[in-house]
This record gives sequence, C-alpha cells and structure tokens, in this order.
Amino acid sequence: MAEASAPRARAPRKSIFETLGIDTRLLGMVGAFVVVCVMFNILTDGRFLTPRNIFNLTIQTVSVAIMATGMVFVIVTRHIDLSVGSLLATCSAMMAITQTNILPGLGLDFGNPLIAPVAIVVGLLTGAAIGAFQGYIIGYLAVPAFIVTLGGLLVWRNVAWYLTSGQTIGPLDETYQLLGGISGTMGETGSWILGAVAVIVACIAIWSARRARIAHEFPVKPVWAEVALMAVSAVLILGFVAVLNAYDVPGRVLAREFEAAGTTMPEGYTQGYGVPYSVLLLIAVAVAMTVVARRTRLGRYIFATGGNPDAAELSGINTRLLTVKVFAIMGTLCALAALVASARLSFHSNDIGTLDELRVIAAAVIGGTALAGGMGTIYGAILGALIMQSLQSGMAMVGVDAPFQNIVVGGVLVLAVLVDIVYRKRTGAK
Amino acid sequence: MVDRSGTPLVEMRDISISFGGIKAVDHVSVDLFPGEVVGLLGHNGAGKSTLIKCLSGAYRQDSGEIFVNGKKADIQTPRDARTYNIETIYQTLALADNLDAASNLFLGRELTTALGFVDDAAMEAETRRIFKRLNPNFRKFAAPVSSLSGGQRQSVAIARAVYFEAKILVMDEPTAALGPQETQMVAELIQELKKQGLGIFLIDHDVHQVKRLCDRAAVMKNGELVGVVEVDKVSTDDLLGMIIAGKTPEHLAA
Repeated sequence: MAEASAPRARAPRKSIFETLGIDTRLLGMVGAFVVVCVMFNILTDGRFLTPRNIFNLTIQTVSVAIMATGMVFVIVTRHIDLSVGSLLATCSAMMAITQTNILPGLGLDFGNPLIAPVAIVVGLLTGAAIGAFQGYIIGYLAVPAFIVTLGGLLVWRNVAWYLTSGQTIGPLDETYQLLGGISGTMGETGSWILGAVAVIVACIAIWSARRARIAHEFPVKPVWAEVALMAVSAVLILGFVAVLNAYDVPGRVLAREFEAAGTTMPEGYTQGYGVPYSVLLLIAVAVAMTVVARRTRLGRYIFATGGNPDAAELSGINTRLLTVKVFAIMGTLCALAALVASARLSFHSNDIGTLDELRVIAAAVIGGTALAGGMGTIYGAILGALIMQSLQSGMAMVGVDAPFQNIVVGGVLVLAVLVDIVYRKRTGAK
Repeated sequence: MVDRSGTPLVEMRDISISFGGIKAVDHVSVDLFPGEVVGLLGHNGAGKSTLIKCLSGAYRQDSGEIFVNGKKADIQTPRDARTYNIETIYQTLALADNLDAASNLFLGRELTTALGFVDDAAMEAETRRIFKRLNPNFRKFAAPVSSLSGGQRQSVAIARAVYFEAKILVMDEPTAALGPQETQMVAELIQELKKQGLGIFLIDHDVHQVKRLCDRAAVMKNGELVGVVEVDKVSTDDLLGMIIAGKTPEHLAA
C-alpha cells in the first residue's frame, strides 16, 4: 500500500471485499461470531440457533451493548470507565424509587401513564449528571479516569445500596416494563414494517453516499458492488426480523390475553413476538451514536483527541469540555441500560449490573476499540457484546461448569486483542 | 526590500515566560511586518519555540504584550490565535494520525451541511483543490495520515495553515523532516506567501536556509534575545557567532 501514492504505480488488483468497500476487520468479527454460533449449535444439537434462543440472546445483549457504544467514545479518547456497572445500579435505583415511592407520594397512582416517562427522565438525568461530574474531575481537575471511575465503582454501587436500603424494589410500572424485552415486542406486522423501513433507509443511505461522491467527482464503487451491498443489508435485516417473528408467544399467554379481552382464542392461532422494544432502543442508540461518531463535530473531535490530544488542543478543540461530554454520554447510556436491565427483571435488585463494567469494556475491545485511543466503531462494540453473550449463554446451554465459563471468556478477551494486534501488524494499519 | 515604515503586523513586546523557575523566554521583543520573513535562530532550548507558542496560543506569557496590526491582542488559546489570522505549523506537525488529510486540514473548523453535520465530501473536495496547487502528486486522500510519508504529512500541515487565509504564519522547522525536493517546495511556497503580503516567523536551525529565505533574523540564546539583524548585512559566520557566543557582530553592534 505504501507506493499507492506514487503517480503511476499500478493499483494492485482489488479483492472482492475491497471493491465492496467492506472492512475486513468487521468481516473477521462476523466470521468469529458465526463460528461461535455454529459450534454451539452443533454442541447443543441445534438448540442454540432456534428463534427462541436467538430472541433471548438478543434481549440479554441489549443492556451491555448500549453501554458498550458509549465505552467506545470513552476508550477512543484514551480514557476508561470502570464505574458503568455501579452507575447502572444507581440509575436503576433512582428510577425504581421514583416510580414506587416518590411519584405515588406525589399523588400519581400506580398505573398512571406518567409514571414511566417521569421515572425514565429522572434516571437519564441522574446518569448524565453523574457522568458529567466524573468527566469534570477527569477533564478539568486532571485526575486519571482510571482512578476517578475506580472510585466511582465503589461510590455508585453503594449509593444505590443506600438509596434502596439494599432492598429489591418491584414490581416496576407496567409501561416501564415494556422496554425489558419479552414483555414488550412489536408483534409480527410491526416488525415487518420496521424491517421494510430499515431496508429502505439502508438503500437510500448507500445510494446518497454514492451520489455525493459523484457530485464531487470522487471515485466510486461499481454499481454492482453498491447493489450487492444493498442486497446483503436487506437480507440481514429481513432475516433478523423473520427469526424474531418466528418465535411464537406461548399458547397459554395468548389465551390469557384473549380472556382478558373477553373473547376466546381461535383454534390454531399463533402469534410471533417480533422485535422487542429494547432491541429497537439499541438500534436507535447505535444509529444515533454512529451518526455522532461519523457525522458531527463532536465525533470528529472525539477521534481527533484520541489520535493526538496535543494536536486536537492546538487545533482549538476544548479537550476538557470534550471529556465532560464523553462521560456525560456514557452516564446517559448507563441510565438507558439500567432501564432495560431493570425492566427485564421487572424489579430493581441490589446487585443489578455487577461486573457489567468488565463485560462492557470487553465488548468494546473485542469489537476493535484500541485502548491506545483513536480507533473504534459502534457496530464493532455491539458485535463484541453479542459475541461475549453468545459465548456465555452457549456455554451455559452446553453445561460447561461455571468456573470454566469465566475462564473461557477471559481467555477469549485476551486472544481477541492478540489477534487484532497481529492483524494490524500484518496489514500495516496502526 | 520590505517596507517597515508602517504598523508592524505583529509586535511581541517584552515577553517573558518561565517554567518551574527556569526562564524559558526572558524579556524578548520581536516584530514582523507584512510581506516579511523573520527567522528565529538559536540552539535547542534557546526559547524559540516557546516564544512562538505564546503567539499561537499554546502557551500564555507570564508578562509582556502582543500587538496585532497595532492593536493589543488577547491570545489565550489556539482558537484565539486563529481569530487573529495567526496560523501555526508546529514542528511535531500536530496531526491526528488516525484521521485522513481532509479531516486534519479542517480540524476545529469543519465544513458543515445545512443540518449541522460535518460535510466530508465538501471537505475532501476542498482538500483536493488545495493539494492540486501545493502537492500535485498527493493521492492518498482517504488514508489516515499515519500512512503518509514525512513530506506528505508536512504538506497536510502546510495546507492547513495556508487554506484559512492566514495573515501571520508561524513555521516551526518546516523542513526538518523533508528531502531536498520537498524543502525546495516549501521555499517556493514561502516566497509566494510573502508576495501575497503575509508575515512569516520561520524557526530554523540551518543558517544558510535562514539567509536564503528570511529578511531579518532574530537570534536567541538561553531565553534571551541576542539581537535582530538584517540577513543581507551579516555573513553566516556572524549568525553562527550570535547563536553560539551570543554576541552581536561588531560592525552592527553600534
């Protein structure tokens, strides 16, 4: 690649992936994920790749994946956040207390439609404020992020404990629980509509990017490559929807619903779950974070600061304020993750989010975020979270002893980073 | 000849800055006129870069004042310096290695679309346009600058400084990492910018180059200003004497 800048050097014959413009690293991760899935599917006699398990795997991943997208920004700016699991607990405690103690005390009865939104806003504000506070200490007072968030790990875990007196708080509001996963899904029709919209958006995005390059007379990929990319996106999106739709709601649950509505269930009636709202939330977070990373000044400054903090500062970027913003985003995402995690359990428990900081960091790192800063992708972190969760639940299904599960996960983390380092050395990428 | 009768473009008056008790710059005054190149000479650690960083906003002087076009300038941050049309090419180049040339060129001043998103296509187009002039062989617009050669990286840093219509340009050893051909390119660029009426501070180690490119040379030693001389009136030996011994040549000492 070094001589590509020479004026008349013949471009080496491009591989199909280069023509398609697909990141080979992404491909490697997808490959690893597929290998993990197929392996467990064989070991469990086909129980791993069933709609039911894929559905469960998806909703189990959401909480960690949401936080991992924020961890990408934190690690890209050469910081670390060890407090995310504890912060999740504090946010969860705040939201639980708000909906079960404070709001009913203010005259909003259980089941009032305002309870869930108010509780969620309280949680988000808590997360953002705590994140910004930690970011302030790191950015403006120059205490290393490792120390600040290590302190935060202890502080926020026990603030949560203090707030709830260590009690489990539940059941949580019904509307609130809709974001938990199985208790709130879009249904088959809604999911198909979502899938169709997603396919259209993906195609428009690919095509308008091409139009922009043509408008500025930049080289573009061949049309077949763009079309192939669109086709692959469409197959992936619709395939995902189809799988989630194929997981049927159990007959007794449906029967109960029909009873509640005062009718009886027709014979042979089935209904798929479809896309859970929590997954929709994760998709929204992923899209928003990717747009921030790639299309906004904030994102550009985050990556520039990670690549060369001095250069960023000399370019007039306020790197201190940037640190506050990055940690505030991380805190907000912890609150969203707390929402999903507690809604899935349907109560707040004192140990919610324990060890999540390690899962989140591992997800970001497996997803290709470099601890040296300046490198990382949102989709990579989500894929990393998915790989971690697949390993964990796959081993549980196979019946691997608990200690071995963690031994394998720890080993995989180190191996993933090692493979990444070797890959970067080989390709000359930094 | 440079016309020095009007108001100086930049006047740094009595600048002092110290780090932990060591006086890095000790009551130094220099000025710069439109269309002039002033060379800053001195040993490593003489305080050249430190002095210039006060002008570019990277450091703040402990005492002393900076005037731009005769008006007192308050430069607290690099952003402030940019509002006075002061652009700096740092010795380290100050590039974010993980970003491509266009992102670096516009870092801190991104072009945005109507919706406030960064307009990468427009920035790449502008970058291609300016490189057609500066470095026509440059092709790697999409690659991170870490994969570029020293000269290519240098041209990114130079492009960044000249793109935004600087009035005052600070170049900290711009040719240190360059081969002869690229050094020549920088020399030609300096002449061109000079013709456009820019004022340039050029920090350099090479006295021959300073004699060739500069109108005046300010020599520093141990944080103090040894003297400011017109390069046509001194020999390279005189300049070396100033740098090494800290003495102004006798025929100019009066």
